[in-house]
Amino acid sequence: MAKEKKGVRLEHISKIYQDPKTHKDFYAVHDTSLEIEPGSFVTLLGPSGCGKTTTLRMIAGFESPDEGEIYLGGEPINALTPNKRDTAMVFQSYALLPHYNIFDNVAYGLKLRKLDKETIRTKVMDILKLVGLEGMEARMTNQLSGGQQQRVALARALVLEPGVLLFDEPLSNLDAKLRVSMRTEIRRIQQEAGITAVYVTHDQSEAMALSDKIIIMEKGVVSQMGSPQEIYYHPKNEFVADFIGDANFLKGRMSRHEGGDGIVSIGGTEVRVAAAEGVADGADTTVVLRPESTVLADKGYFPVKVVVSSFMGAYQLYHVMLGETKLIIHEYNPKGKKIYAMGDTAYIGFEPGNAHCI
Amino acid sequence: MATAQGAALDRKKLMADPIMVTTIVVLITFLTLFILYPLAILLIDSLYGDGNGLSLSVFKRVLAMPTFTRAIGNTLKIGFVVGILSTLIGLLFAYVEVYVKMNRFAGGLFKLVSMLPVVSPPFVLSLSMIMLFGRSGLITRFLLGIYDNNVYGYWGIVIVQTLTFFPVCYMMLKGLLKNIDPSLEEAARDMGASRWKVFTDVTFPLMLPGLGNAFLVTFIESIADFANPMIIGGSYDTLATTIYLQITGAMDKVGAAAMAVVLLCITLAMFAVQKFYLESKTAATLTGKASRARMLIEDKSVTIPLTILCSLGALFVIVMYICVPIGALFPTWGYKFTPLTFKWFGQVFSKYKGLKAFRDSFVLSLIASPITALLSMIISYLVVKRKFKAKGFIEAVSMLAMAVPGTVLGVGYIRGFSGGLFRTGFLQGLYGTGAILIIVFVVRSLPTGTRSGISALRQIDKSIEESAYDMGADSFKVFMTVTLPLIKDSFLSGLVTAFVRSITAISAIILLVTPSYLLITVQINEFAEKGAFSIACAFATILILITYGSVLLMNLVMKFFGTSRKIKEDE
Ligand SMILES: Nc1ncnc2c1ncn2[C@@H]1O[C@H](COP(=O)(O)OP(=O)(O)OP(=O)(O)O)[C@@H](O)[C@H]1O
Ligand SMILES: [Mg+2]
Repeated sequence: MAKEKKGVRLEHISKIYQDPKTHKDFYAVHDTSLEIEPGSFVTLLGPSGCGKTTTLRMIAGFESPDEGEIYLGGEPINALTPNKRDTAMVFQSYALLPHYNIFDNVAYGLKLRKLDKETIRTKVMDILKLVGLEGMEARMTNQLSGGQQQRVALARALVLEPGVLLFDEPLSNLDAKLRVSMRTEIRRIQQEAGITAVYVTHDQSEAMALSDKIIIMEKGVVSQMGSPQEIYYHPKNEFVADFIGDANFLKGRMSRHEGGDGIVSIGGTEVRVAAAEGVADGADTTVVLRPESTVLADKGYFPVKVVVSSFMGAYQLYHVMLGETKLIIHEYNPKGKKIYAMGDTAYIGFEPGNAHCI
Repeated sequence: MATAQGAALDRKKLMADPIMVTTIVVLITFLTLFILYPLAILLIDSLYGDGNGLSLSVFKRVLAMPTFTRAIGNTLKIGFVVGILSTLIGLLFAYVEVYVKMNRFAGGLFKLVSMLPVVSPPFVLSLSMIMLFGRSGLITRFLLGIYDNNVYGYWGIVIVQTLTFFPVCYMMLKGLLKNIDPSLEEAARDMGASRWKVFTDVTFPLMLPGLGNAFLVTFIESIADFANPMIIGGSYDTLATTIYLQITGAMDKVGAAAMAVVLLCITLAMFAVQKFYLESKTAATLTGKASRARMLIEDKSVTIPLTILCSLGALFVIVMYICVPIGALFPTWGYKFTPLTFKWFGQVFSKYKGLKAFRDSFVLSLIASPITALLSMIISYLVVKRKFKAKGFIEAVSMLAMAVPGTVLGVGYIRGFSGGLFRTGFLQGLYGTGAILIIVFVVRSLPTGTRSGISALRQIDKSIEESAYDMGADSFKVFMTVTLPLIKDSFLSGLVTAFVRSITAISAIILLVTPSYLLITVQINEFAEKGAFSIACAFATILILITYGSVLLMNLVMKFFGTSRKIKEDE
């Protein structure tokens, strides 16, 4: 089934909208350049209103970029209408054609391509099998559950063997459990089909679970792109660090570098941080610490006061105050470890390799 | 400017879709030629009509005619009074329906009353008014023994128009009242306000823009009405009838053009206020649906009198409508009531070329209605689902047509097409043909069709059509395979509405019809003018049977073939 995999490239793309209230123009997407490798699964992640959908709709052709050029498999596609683009989109609302049954929904695009009846039939049946909907082809769309409708939407896009598959928050209408199983399913199908996928979501765990590459957007611009690990362990700024998972921030000043590590002075105490390449000696810096990499003990760098201590099962959750700053700590496998109670005083510490400077 | 690239790309994408481009061009041409041009020619006529270049002399001349200035006064006075009365009666009915616990029978009456004016020819109530309350009226003469009651004139028009238009207000206000959140009123009740106080302090202020809206809509309908003043106005002339007489009696087409411009200005001004001021205000005060069901008033001392009052009113209206078919069965109205006879119906066909009249009206309307329905669906689709430069123009002009009285359009067509376009002879062949009658039918029904098409399309998630587009369908395919099937019901009812409106139309058509076409409505008007009420009633009865029949047929078809309803219900 794997036809030609296509990559997508955005070069300095901008989209300007008019604010309906003030009638002022603003950039919904601003000067965005990105490269999506053929066959990879890329997620656009960001808070509401950051321009994810707009970016996706420009790739699909529903919106025209006001600046820049979009390439699909090396070809510029700015002037192509959506029906002429080798893309297929899975909509948030599924957008199934309510007056057709499942078979006709999936066959719609194939019929438009004037394939013969037999070919259409085999292709549709194969795809329905792939998404686990065999035997349901005669049902109407309103006789399906949300998850099944989602599969039809996916099948309908996949059957066209598009160069790139576009998803706009396809799972947001499903309940939490189904969301998790469907995303595994989507990833499996995408890999089986070997298709390029661009996936929009504002759910970070979805992005982490699915992606080869995550692109974090904020207010119309890309803040960071990279593998889930890079994004998680080496966020470039506080926005990214905070958006992906929880993060603790310690403000300080870079004193010096020692054998690749940075020595950061925080309120007079010097701490060692492994990832500190980008920060010059003497510059202000922020140390980013993930809750699960922060250790609470009787000895450490800084004394803190425990304000919340609760058992979460897999871990003990602490909120502690370092002066005026609140820090979050996850102590995994709490069984058999020392548990601090509310009001206790303790010290926090961390391994140099688990922290980094921004 | 950076947006230039986006706009240029949008244009390029549009151009890649030849069917879409053709449709837009054809639409723009149609709207310009058959709505804007006739109105423009009226203005040109009245400014240049006396042959001395640009001057106001034509306006001066017509404004010096006492008949005309009197007609302006009459029209405004009637519009105002009818507007107020219809709004108040409509409000009463709406309030009773939404707030008061009613029995099934009264509910049925209300429904009937709201439907009758929509499917009836425009002058039915005038006919029955004359037959019930006129000089030899059933009620005035035989019940009350009044021998010289004069229904013709001011009061006749006011009563007939009010009875014709209040159901429209009732439907509008019902929608509004249903949207008021009951908790607002309950809060006031809770603080100790009486029901009356709640109404005056909460409900009424919330509805005020809506009431203004209903008033203006009725006002516009009233001053545009031609048929009722024609039949029951007697010597009391309104603008519509004066313009008609200026053409058919005084043969002063240029004067009529200037008068039409005056009438148009009045309706346009009202329309502008309604559209841009009141509609947005209504939307602002009443946002969204009521959150909960409303506690109905069950207090018998309130429900019984209100229900009886409204039911009686409704019954009266229904009797007025039934009066026409019954009138056609009496041997001689006013003198001899038995035995009932079909002789008038016989005469319709034997003596008065009834068959030709019905065939002509029927065929022309039958051709016009699918064109209207399709055009209004295409316009709605373009307006709701697509974006392109000329969209504003298309939307504005098709809505503008709503504010143009039929008489004005009729005069515009006479001036605009009798000598060809701009009197060059180009397209002159159109004038006097059935084609121009069909075009008038289409233009007259287009705004209603477009409005209901737009609201039907707004219900459909935009991404459904986008998904089809994305899978490779072009605009034409999307429209035919997705949009149209999803609004099948709306399309069907648009079809029937257009048919009913066309076959009952008179105001524009009466100015344009030539002897080669006999139209039922024109016939009815003619016989009513002559005082031949039995024949007029017989004609009207058959017309009513046709329109009711087609509505029933539509309901049947929708029941068995309407997919869109099934989809909606199951969701
Ligand atoms: N047609 C439009 N006209 C004007 N502004 C628009 C239009 N479409 C989107 N916007 C604005 O552009 C910005 C980006 O919108 P976009 O839909 O891309 O956000 P998003 O990242 O997908 O958000 P969400 O997670 O809520 O879906 C928002 O501020 C939005 O209000
Ligand atoms: Mg979005």
